[in-house]
Amino acid sequence: MQNLAKDPTDANIEQKKGKIPFYKSANFWKSTGIFWALVILVIIMAFSQPAFLTKPNLINIMKQASITGVLAIGLTLVLLTGGIDLSVGSVLGVACMAAAYLTTEEQGFPVYVAFVAGIGVGAIFGLINGIGIAYIKFTPFIMTMATLSAARGIALVSTNNRPIFNLSREFINVSNSIYFGLPSLIFFFLGVSILAYILTRKTVFGKWIYAVGGNQIAAKYSGINVEKVKMIIYMIMGSLSGLTGVLMASRITSGNPTVGEGYELDAIAACVIGGVSMAGGAGSVIGTVIGVLILGVISNGFDILGISSNYQKIMKGLVILLAVFIDIRSRSRKNN
Amino acid sequence: MNEILSMKNIFKSFSGVEVLHSVDLTLNKGEVLALVGENGAGKSTLMKILMGIEQPNSGSITLRGEVVEIGTPAKALDLGIAMIHQELSPIPEMTVEENMYIGREINRFGFVNSRKQAELTKEWLDKLNIDISPMVKMLELSISQTQMVEIAKAISYNSKILIMDEPTSAITEKEVMRLFEIIKMLKKEGISIIYISHKLHELLHIADRVEVMRDGNIISVALMSEKSQKDIVRDMVGREISTIYPKCKNKIGNPVLEVRNLTREGEFNNVSFTLNAGEKLGIAGLMGAGRTELISTIFGVKRADKGEVRVNGELVKLRKTSDAINRKIALVPEDRKLMGLNLIMNVLENSTMCIDQQISTFGFKNDKKGQSLATPIVDKLSIKIQTLKQVVENLSGGNQQKVVLAKWLLTEPNILLFDEPTRGIDVGAKAEVFELINSLVMEEKAVLIISSEMQELVGIADRVIVMCEGKIIGELKGKEIMQENIMALASPKNNNGSKVLIQ
Repeated sequence: MQNLAKDPTDANIEQKKGKIPFYKSANFWKSTGIFWALVILVIIMAFSQPAFLTKPNLINIMKQASITGVLAIGLTLVLLTGGIDLSVGSVLGVACMAAAYLTTEEQGFPVYVAFVAGIGVGAIFGLINGIGIAYIKFTPFIMTMATLSAARGIALVSTNNRPIFNLSREFINVSNSIYFGLPSLIFFFLGVSILAYILTRKTVFGKWIYAVGGNQIAAKYSGINVEKVKMIIYMIMGSLSGLTGVLMASRITSGNPTVGEGYELDAIAACVIGGVSMAGGAGSVIGTVIGVLILGVISNGFDILGISSNYQKIMKGLVILLAVFIDIRSRSRKNN
Repeated sequence: MNEILSMKNIFKSFSGVEVLHSVDLTLNKGEVLALVGENGAGKSTLMKILMGIEQPNSGSITLRGEVVEIGTPAKALDLGIAMIHQELSPIPEMTVEENMYIGREINRFGFVNSRKQAELTKEWLDKLNIDISPMVKMLELSISQTQMVEIAKAISYNSKILIMDEPTSAITEKEVMRLFEIIKMLKKEGISIIYISHKLHELLHIADRVEVMRDGNIISVALMSEKSQKDIVRDMVGREISTIYPKCKNKIGNPVLEVRNLTREGEFNNVSFTLNAGEKLGIAGLMGAGRTELISTIFGVKRADKGEVRVNGELVKLRKTSDAINRKIALVPEDRKLMGLNLIMNVLENSTMCIDQQISTFGFKNDKKGQSLATPIVDKLSIKIQTLKQVVENLSGGNQQKVVLAKWLLTEPNILLFDEPTRGIDVGAKAEVFELINSLVMEEKAVLIISSEMQELVGIADRVIVMCEGKIIGELKGKEIMQENIMALASPKNNNGSKVLIQ
């Protein structure tokens, strides 16, 4: 290039491009800050509470985190496109009822049927959300708020508020087994995270997710079918809500129509703590995974400390604001 | 001399880049000072400083003999300085009277006294001979009427200095005359006006003095009567104008894009034209003439109600933008930040946006290939970057525009639609864009250019079609392509009468 910039705005780039290795650059701390927050949190917990670093406790954290985690990964994709899905908890509830109904001793369907049905039910709700948002142009907030209400209603109506018991042994084992010393739920979280990471980072569709969220008009002018991208994303989200519902039914060994209430807020919180922008186009799956773990460690730590769940809610609110505050500050400094 | 305002030695820099170097500006009572310069010359920064939106790094502002600090736009209004923005920003759902008094509602215990506001609004409008009811909603007004209301609003603050930024960019010739009458009336009232415009011929009618800026410097200040249009242009661009529009010997070939009776209700009507290989076809017209709507329909952003489009003689259905891209059509949109770029992505990600799928394997991105394809194009366009990983948000306007161009060149298009390709970029980058357009037609690509700067079309186009109110009004070829002819066709008032073209 003959035209190497003399433009002074490019000064900071030179520094970025220079010989400084990544781990020493200022950018390193900025982009991995959330990870170090988790590390510090774990160290504090480990020193102050001996019960924290025990195997049963860590397994407990992972189990708790995995359920929110799968939802949060889905929500990361939704938020990246600039949308939001409030209906995940309710859709989870419907899927939970469907899976429980099919695997009772009377019905006796094999485990995979429960998965197909639960994920299928979730996908249908996702499809409805997707059509409403992408094609009918409801705002995501309104559309998924309506689904939040309607899906919960369906879950409750399905058995007239009664829970479903007597699920088959095989089905209950799905969420309550240990493989390689780890709870089975963590493998679902891990698997979903890895797939979502590959989707967002390595595939063309993943780039389109960021493109739609970053500037959907420009994406449209670049030949991207914005509507289709959005619809697929809401279907993925619905499917993951469905999957979570199936896992929940197995974990609590019953179908409970009120299960998952308020889960959307935990999942959104995890994304936000992990640095996913509510405006779309910025954020990462890895950030969300760390956000999920931070939330998990905090609530577990408070449990050990014997802080009541009411106070935990207050603390969670403060943590969310703190995380976003740090994020805003680091962003605005970058711009100046 | 009756000096009312004097800005002295104004320096301003943004993130280390100095955009104003020791700029001076004086304004006399009751005069119209024309402030001209290319985009990016520093005019708007200077005016933002005067309006209190930006603070100078150093320098002083003296108003009626007193040194003042203008810390906020509210302070500027207090001091009697008001601005009519290029993009008018009324609240469409509010009435004229509500807009006039927004932020300073005449109220009693928080309850707005609309009647009083309406009365006062009427007085101000009458004063300027403007016949608009204070009770109609802003959205019912034309652009010109909205502008009048904004002027009335500005003087209702008892402003002594009025800044008008490109006030004629979106209004018809007749409305321009009306505006000039109002400006003359304001002058008689002793109000001083800083008039920013690219349309130099207008300045002859109203400006008393002209100040030319280039690259953050004042190049010349003179009485309007002492300066020819040509002098002003030379001061603005720093060289003779002819060099901005390089000539080329392109050979015009067969029709590649044929548009027949294309219609979108309320936007454009029965539009038919043909674009040939190796041709530079300009579309001229005023803002709102339907030009952008037309080409975005051709590109599949919107769907046509009626009519057909043929590419290389073949009837095509362009329902989505990807349909157009597959037909080797590219659209460089008018607003690069809104429609052209993902600002938070880097140069590489932006430039391969349209070809990612093409070069992918089983849906997986091929970044290596993308990079090897993008690098030569980035070099060819001489985009000033250090690395392809640089985020486009921080690039200059010209460089951003080149990234948009790189994105489209990577799709190897045969038909290129340019919508205002030089908006907001500096003269150097402008010339490069035109050279690129020339090299494209030399390769027998077909190029269509929408531009609101008529001299640009005069300088570059082989043929110009003129649109007015959604219809094609006429076509100009060769020597007929002159600003006067374009203007005559583009203004609505001339449409029913005779169209006398200068040969």
